Amino acid sequence: MSSVVDGIGAGIPGSRDTRRSDAPSSYLTDGMSIGSWLATHDHKRIAILYAITITAFFFIGGAAATLIRLELATPAGDLVRAETYNKLFTMHGVIMVWFFLIPSIPATLGNFLVPLMIGARDLAFPRLNLTSFYLYVGGAVFTLAAMIAGGVDTGWTFYAPFSTLFSNTHVLYVLAGVFVVGFSSILTGLNIIVTVHKMRAPGMTWFRLPLFVWAQYATSAILVLATPVLAMTLVLLTVERVFGIGIFDPALGGDPLLFQHLFWFYSHPAVYIMVLPAMGVVSELVANGARNPVFGYKTMAFAIIAIAVIGFLVWGHHMFVSGQSMYAGIVFSFMSFLVAIPSAVKVFNWTATLWHGRIVYTAPMLYALGFVGLFTIGGMTGLFLAALALDVHLTDTYFVIAHFHYIMVGGTVSAYLGGVHFWWPKITGRLYSDRWARFAAVLLFVGFNFTFFPQYLLGIAGMPRRYHEYPPEFQTLNVLSSAGALVLALGYLLPLLYLGWSLFRGPRAPANPWHATGLEWQTTSPPPTHNFASTPVVTAPPYAYVPMRDVVDAREGTQ
Amino acid sequence: MIAIGLPPEASTIAPRVDLLLYVVTAVTGLVAIAIFVTMIVFGIRYRAGSPAPRADDIPALQARARRRVETAWTLIPLALFIASFAWAARLYMVRGTPPANAIELFVVAKQWMWKLQHPGGQREIDEMHIPRGQPIRLVMTSQDVIHSFFVPAFRLKQDILPGRYTEMWFTATKTGRFHLFCAEYCGTDHARMGGDVVVMEPAEFARWLAAHPAAENMASRGADLFRHYGCSGCHGANASVHAPNLAGLFGKPVPLSNGTTVVADERYVRDSILLPEREVAAGYAPIMPSFAGQISEDDIIDLIAYIKSLADTREHPK
Amino acid sequence: MTPACASLRAADHGPALRVAEQFEEASQQRAAATLGMWIFLATEVMFFGALFFAYSIARYQFPAAFAAASRHTNIVLGTTNTAVLLTSSLFMALAVKCAEEDLRRATVTLLAITGLLGLAFMGIKLTEYALDYRDHLVPAVNFAFDPAYARGALVFFGLYFLTTGLHLVHLSVGIALVALFAWRVARRRPNALADQVDIVGLYWHFVDIVWIFLYPCLYLVSRT
Repeated sequence: MSSVVDGIGAGIPGSRDTRRSDAPSSYLTDGMSIGSWLATHDHKRIAILYAITITAFFFIGGAAATLIRLELATPAGDLVRAETYNKLFTMHGVIMVWFFLIPSIPATLGNFLVPLMIGARDLAFPRLNLTSFYLYVGGAVFTLAAMIAGGVDTGWTFYAPFSTLFSNTHVLYVLAGVFVVGFSSILTGLNIIVTVHKMRAPGMTWFRLPLFVWAQYATSAILVLATPVLAMTLVLLTVERVFGIGIFDPALGGDPLLFQHLFWFYSHPAVYIMVLPAMGVVSELVANGARNPVFGYKTMAFAIIAIAVIGFLVWGHHMFVSGQSMYAGIVFSFMSFLVAIPSAVKVFNWTATLWHGRIVYTAPMLYALGFVGLFTIGGMTGLFLAALALDVHLTDTYFVIAHFHYIMVGGTVSAYLGGVHFWWPKITGRLYSDRWARFAAVLLFVGFNFTFFPQYLLGIAGMPRRYHEYPPEFQTLNVLSSAGALVLALGYLLPLLYLGWSLFRGPRAPANPWHATGLEWQTTSPPPTHNFASTPVVTAPPYAYVPMRDVVDAREGTQ
Repeated sequence: MIAIGLPPEASTIAPRVDLLLYVVTAVTGLVAIAIFVTMIVFGIRYRAGSPAPRADDIPALQARARRRVETAWTLIPLALFIASFAWAARLYMVRGTPPANAIELFVVAKQWMWKLQHPGGQREIDEMHIPRGQPIRLVMTSQDVIHSFFVPAFRLKQDILPGRYTEMWFTATKTGRFHLFCAEYCGTDHARMGGDVVVMEPAEFARWLAAHPAAENMASRGADLFRHYGCSGCHGANASVHAPNLAGLFGKPVPLSNGTTVVADERYVRDSILLPEREVAAGYAPIMPSFAGQISEDDIIDLIAYIKSLADTREHPK
Repeated sequence: MTPACASLRAADHGPALRVAEQFEEASQQRAAATLGMWIFLATEVMFFGALFFAYSIARYQFPAAFAAASRHTNIVLGTTNTAVLLTSSLFMALAVKCAEEDLRRATVTLLAITGLLGLAFMGIKLTEYALDYRDHLVPAVNFAFDPAYARGALVFFGLYFLTTGLHLVHLSVGIALVALFAWRVARRRPNALADQVDIVGLYWHFVDIVWIFLYPCLYLVSRT
């Protein structure tokens, strides 16, 4: 395997001992028993526990998606029965949203990096952090039980009265699973907010914080305020389903729109839980890849806060044709256009960060640039959906599916993978093959577009979503999409291989292989259990990249 | 035939929606291309090792640039967004405001089929025959879960809820057979809950109506139901109970016991039958029993048609 | 120092509180714990807030039924409970003050009274539930109501049991915390634990405030 990035500009080679762990003691070697991992208080180990479980769930949700795309390659419902298909898209949504996307960056990269980036020894409440992890596991157990017991067919949105009075599947298991994992989210958010407020190192003022920390902070505020509403909504669903008390079902005097308002009041901010951390990662990666300060740091920070705040005020855009009042629709449409402004500004600022930079196209940079492109497309199509009269035609069709996959997969998953690749040397103390990583990034980008761009056209042509079978005129675009999905799947499997190889055979990483700014790079790779030998003192602004006149074009190992 | 873009435009609102779609696509497309081109140009020009000159003091450079461009690239998108919002909102209000001369068709959705009823009493399953050029207003309800009436060729959809009426209006502009899809997941055969909207020339439609007579029209069926369910016992001419006179009621404002006033529309009549304690007419005691669970959605629609037919009379119904 | 507490000064001192290793110093630990509790209370506001929202919508749907159902709640027990809980908050606040003043016996006593009042609330509430059962007001178990209002009343009592039940769960946690800290303060210097007692106080007052909103919503709808 070709050797890997060891530095940019200064040309310090990484050390080469790979076989024996005679490396200095780090958080990885500080206790090697299973018990020391499962009962750890160390935020870095907890991050790894999360990383393992969410990766497993990603592939479970991905397996469901694979079956969905295989079924949709032909117009007839000939691969699985209708009931099975309905369970597949439900479990795909439930698993991907709550067991992969929402914890992905906050609970793995956030847990690992926030204390390091602010110069702290750990999060504010380490035992609470471990509790969060086990709540996640508990919720996961309930959800897996539901899958094994035969699955659930309500859609991840659980619309009443179908979910309360009509579905014959194990809805309560999944409601319990999501309820429990919600508390994992709430406690993680609480932990991060208190940590950022109270545990910053001397000199680490708010406006010296990396944008990743700003993003985690805003995300945590949403986690803490929105998730309880979901929890209560699930409790009310359970009360109606078990006790027949008519809160949502009109046959018992309830109101189905009440469910939708309560559900989307959480689930719209939830999508910002999914995208804001990704934006934080992208800022770090673009700054490092371009070797430039982020353009307009304060604007970027305020944009993050603006997205989080306005994001609480737009939930009704999921309900433009639901039967809510026309005037409510108008208000929500206006707010939805407003929330797009800070997002657009962020895209412009990332682009401007490239200006006068010294750009190196490592895998993390490719993922980050891929994010900017795919988020731009996904965000633009969000405008189509915010426009009332267009949404009337496009809602509940494949256009919406394409829109949110562009943001969640093209956006968040790309950023997550980019972050994993960027901080891999710090987390594991190992380097990986950048050539394979770049290949996987490009494969992913191509496969992603082939999978999801045709779905915009399908939606415009009128193909509804959650359809097990469809009229034959929609087949061509569906086949294209399914073919792309196979390429996408390959792009996701590759990192398992070369990153796995790196764990066991990769060269040892120096403290700062990317010559990046940020406190996390000022300690060893991997860090010691208490992060820093002594508490750092911060004096420099963030992203203090200095353009190097005599930079060496270090295109890593492509000799 | 391969569907790769917009379906045919078959309603008066479809061309307007399509124009908005094209403009939004063009503007967002141009902006996206501009962003991508800029990224590519910067990405090549400022590649590590390239000879392009870089400023000595990047923070100062960025600070100067910020002052000039950040306001522009915030306010220009804001202006474009507000314009798109306003255009789309206006069109949405057109969608939400049916003309007075619209013919009503009643739709009852159930797992997993569409039941349609014409004013003349004709019933259809999974098909809706309508005349071209005539505004049609659909009054829709569901017998079970939430469905959604979606006609891509009209660029319209509206969710159908149990327990209440939702409406959708359109004027078809093209004859032909167009897809009708259920667009809100409703269970096992959601994908099979399809149908067709068949638009005919008015003369041909009249012939179709004549060729499919109903035993009686909705209003007269409603009159039978009015007696069958005992409504005339309280609301009839010789009733001993003090109950509101339903003649001349439909479409007029009704003062309620809580001091507010509502218009007696389809929703009011339906709720009066199923949830009489919700809105009690002023001057009357809340003694009307609820018929929830006893009357089907189809029967309610016929009763509404009957009460509507009394709109121009003065005397108690018989 | 308040005159009433002056005569109850603690006689001996225990060791100072250990600072957890992620913190630099005790003041940072204190500040983090307090902020953590405030944020937790914010989540609880959203939690109960969603329930109050559902209640508001249901009440708008069934105005007469909610009024009729509310008249079947036990106003005597409910009002008594309100007085009990408000009084317990008073004692909690006094306990916090005495902890700050380093008065061990006073703090322990006041915390104990707070806990006992909490238990009294619980006892009264459970008695009330038993009476509700006797009056056929328990949904899905033995619910029977005037048919004119049955549907709305069922929703009312469903929400009644859900909200008061959740409130009782939160109160139980509060009682457990109060008992725990009464025991801890008995064993070491109250001043060292004052901040933690303060945080428990925050939680206790929140549980009280939730009840203050629940009481009129459930007991006082249209009582003439």
